[in-house]
Amino acid sequence: MSAVIDTHAGEHHHGPAKGITRWLFTTNHKDIGTMYLVFSFAMFLFGGSMAMVIRAELFQPGLQIVDPEFFNQMTTMHGLIMVFGAVMPAFVGLANWMLPMMVGAPDMALPRMNNWSFWLLPCAFLILASTLFMSGGAPNFGWTFYAPLSTTYGPPSTTFFIFAVHIMGISSIMGAINVIATILNLRAPGMTLMKMPLFVWTWLITAFLLIAVMPVLAGVVTMMLMDINFGTSFFDASGGGDPVLFQHVFWFFGHPEVYIMILPAFGAVSHIIPAFSRKPLFGYASMVYAVGAIALLSFVVWAHHMFTVGIPIAGQLFFMYATMLIAVPTGVKVFNWVATMFRGALTFEAPMLFAVAFVILFTIGGFSGLMLAIAPADFQYHDTYFVVAHFHYVLVPGAIFGIFASAYFWLPKWTGHMYDEALAKTHFWLSFIGMNLAFFPMHFLGLAGMPRRIPDYALQFADFNMVSSIGAFMFGATQLLFLLIVVKCIRGGEQAPAKPWEGAEGLEWTLPSPPPYHSFQTPPEVK
Amino acid sequence: MGVHAMRAGVLAGGLLLPAWSMADWTLNMTPGVTGTSNEIFSLHMTILWICVAIGVVVFGVMFWSILAHRKSEGHKPAHFHENTAVEVAWTIIPFVILVIMAIPATATLVDMYDTEESDIDIKITGYQWKWRYDYINDDFGFFSNMATSQDEIYNRAAKSEHYLLEVDNPLVIPVGKKVRFLVTANDVIHSWWVPAFGVKKDAIPGFINETWTRVDEPGIYRGQCTELCGRDHGFMPVVVKAVPQAEYDAWVQGQLAAAELERQLTEKEWTLEELIERGERVYATACAACHQANGAGIPPTFPALKGSPVVIEDLPAHLDIVVNGVSGTAMQAFGPQLSEADLAAVITYERNAWGNNTGEMVTPKQVFDYKNQQ
Repeated sequence: MSAVIDTHAGEHHHGPAKGITRWLFTTNHKDIGTMYLVFSFAMFLFGGSMAMVIRAELFQPGLQIVDPEFFNQMTTMHGLIMVFGAVMPAFVGLANWMLPMMVGAPDMALPRMNNWSFWLLPCAFLILASTLFMSGGAPNFGWTFYAPLSTTYGPPSTTFFIFAVHIMGISSIMGAINVIATILNLRAPGMTLMKMPLFVWTWLITAFLLIAVMPVLAGVVTMMLMDINFGTSFFDASGGGDPVLFQHVFWFFGHPEVYIMILPAFGAVSHIIPAFSRKPLFGYASMVYAVGAIALLSFVVWAHHMFTVGIPIAGQLFFMYATMLIAVPTGVKVFNWVATMFRGALTFEAPMLFAVAFVILFTIGGFSGLMLAIAPADFQYHDTYFVVAHFHYVLVPGAIFGIFASAYFWLPKWTGHMYDEALAKTHFWLSFIGMNLAFFPMHFLGLAGMPRRIPDYALQFADFNMVSSIGAFMFGATQLLFLLIVVKCIRGGEQAPAKPWEGAEGLEWTLPSPPPYHSFQTPPEVK
Repeated sequence: MGVHAMRAGVLAGGLLLPAWSMADWTLNMTPGVTGTSNEIFSLHMTILWICVAIGVVVFGVMFWSILAHRKSEGHKPAHFHENTAVEVAWTIIPFVILVIMAIPATATLVDMYDTEESDIDIKITGYQWKWRYDYINDDFGFFSNMATSQDEIYNRAAKSEHYLLEVDNPLVIPVGKKVRFLVTANDVIHSWWVPAFGVKKDAIPGFINETWTRVDEPGIYRGQCTELCGRDHGFMPVVVKAVPQAEYDAWVQGQLAAAELERQLTEKEWTLEELIERGERVYATACAACHQANGAGIPPTFPALKGSPVVIEDLPAHLDIVVNGVSGTAMQAFGPQLSEADLAAVITYERNAWGNNTGEMVTPKQVFDYKNQQ
């Protein structure tokens, strides 16, 4: 403990630079983490406003607000921005802030690369957003950009989209290398792998997934680039190519990508639930093995996104069985969280509220996932609003509630102030109600036969669409409250102690709040 | 002011009311009218109830903890953090449930893939944004376009009962017969779906997918394209009419006769007015989605035809683009899609509509010769 205080005292002549250069040239993990989080929230609002356009058009049958062409641009850009701009950078931001503090290191292992991997992101998204103003409009082929709609039939801006994806990919891969280097090399003495906090474990596995699949994404967009500009026919049947090849390669990236967006949230929630249950996490070892199993299985299930493309029955059966198998490790995690809460001493501050909602609603998303895994039933669910409901249930209360839970959990540590608990609880309840109102009716719409990605719909879908839009507007507006809470917390508030949560465990809570600029200058000892 | 507000209210209400009165609050999948769709429905209900049961147990324990094990109730935390027996049990039990679930799912899937011994074969081709049905055994085929008017879509007219789910020429099949569908596409990937049959298959350019159905009850069944295929993806419905065998046979004879009549149109002597009149109808179904009813297009993706040099001056280029399409763009080759009469009519219409008053006329014979000289 004394070593920590000494570091704090000795750090005065080695603080951050002043002005804009602090942010442009910084190699500090906390500054970079902050920039990632701010960027991600900005993208969350940007992508969210596109969702508002979509829900406004779908408020009533008929075309009222936008042209179908622009509607398709909105669904595409909403998906791309939320996946690559909001969720992934938010987790990298959390990793930057927390990993060095959790493993007892002064900073990330590769600080200059860290700076570069952040600053590539605004460039990539500037390119992507600029396509909205180009002649022919932004990408309009869905975030899954299936060929040949995205190649032969794509708008001229597709090439810009491809370069934006390349840059995002480079950024993600560098971020992942940094995470792995930090975790494997900078752990405090005594912290063996099986003593690592779960957020560290889940991020380690996520980083390996990123390194495995981001090059595959780069490969598929490069093939598109060749088809569009250099006369190749990877995906063009009339030139001897194969449009289905695109889907195989895309989903070989796409399915692990889904877990990239959820595993770090699993880790964070595995800290928050024990802290507010005042009881150790149930089944630490099985949690680690479950995450490993989910990550491995994620490589052999991709074709469950393609049950209707006409793959042979043997393939169909293999991918159905493999997909159903994922329910086992995922179930283990949910059971462990519930067992952690069981016979604890529970309190419900904002991080816990978001974490409990995470477990319940993510499990509902898991249930619909299991239903989708049943290949014959998927013939009815595929590409309907049932799928839209499913993936929003795993991504909004899954990934995004996980991020909110983490933010409230660690805000006192980051800022040195407590956030406004009453406002935070309001933020939770409005988000919770709005989100369920927006996405639960989509299950019914899908089962009744409404296809996804349509700007207008038959009359029998009118009622639930209106309910869904009202819920979406409510959820969207509520997120401005989060901005207010965070700004208020940064500017002041009750002084936060080193460990503001009674039941919290881990090295990060041994540092003062806010922590010193170079987190641990002397490695702490882990027993 | 008040009067205006009231009028606006009445108008809005009048346009909205039919939507509300016809909407319903359907919560679940419907069993459908085929063996396959019924099997799928029962799988769906089984897995749904399994999920509900697991949910009740898991959330039950969780809510019990939330209510009873609160710090504010003075509950003291226990300290257990593992239990091998419990952990093994909740790994094995879900696995067994999954195996039990996989057995009927496999059986249904095997059945769905059995396209052997069909009575009728129909080739389905997806186009941006319409379907074509070719009756392979009887050697005729036709396009099926959405019949809902632009006025209904843009809220200038009240929406009819089957808004967006009605077509000009539905697919007609006989009841009680095994119908095999060969599904492909001409441009991008589409997906042919009729929920009541439990049939959904992607239509992929360069591939021919197989699927089948046997409908027992006569009726009209509606579905939609379910793979994003561009601007009008939401506007290419599927309508299937299942009729008794005798009615089906009579319909096939009618279609064969109509196809013969269509061929004779090429020989007929046409006047400019006749061609323009026919061309306007062809334009509305084949061209207006992209080039717009007023010929202004949506540049740059869909160029304007009004005042275009190709349309007012260069007749050979006009013929070439309509017949052969423009490769690398959304402009399809309409040569194989439309009859000579329709091609001649639509070209004539385009050269004489929206102020393109060239007075020029292209006859079906000219189109026929143009196609043959290639």
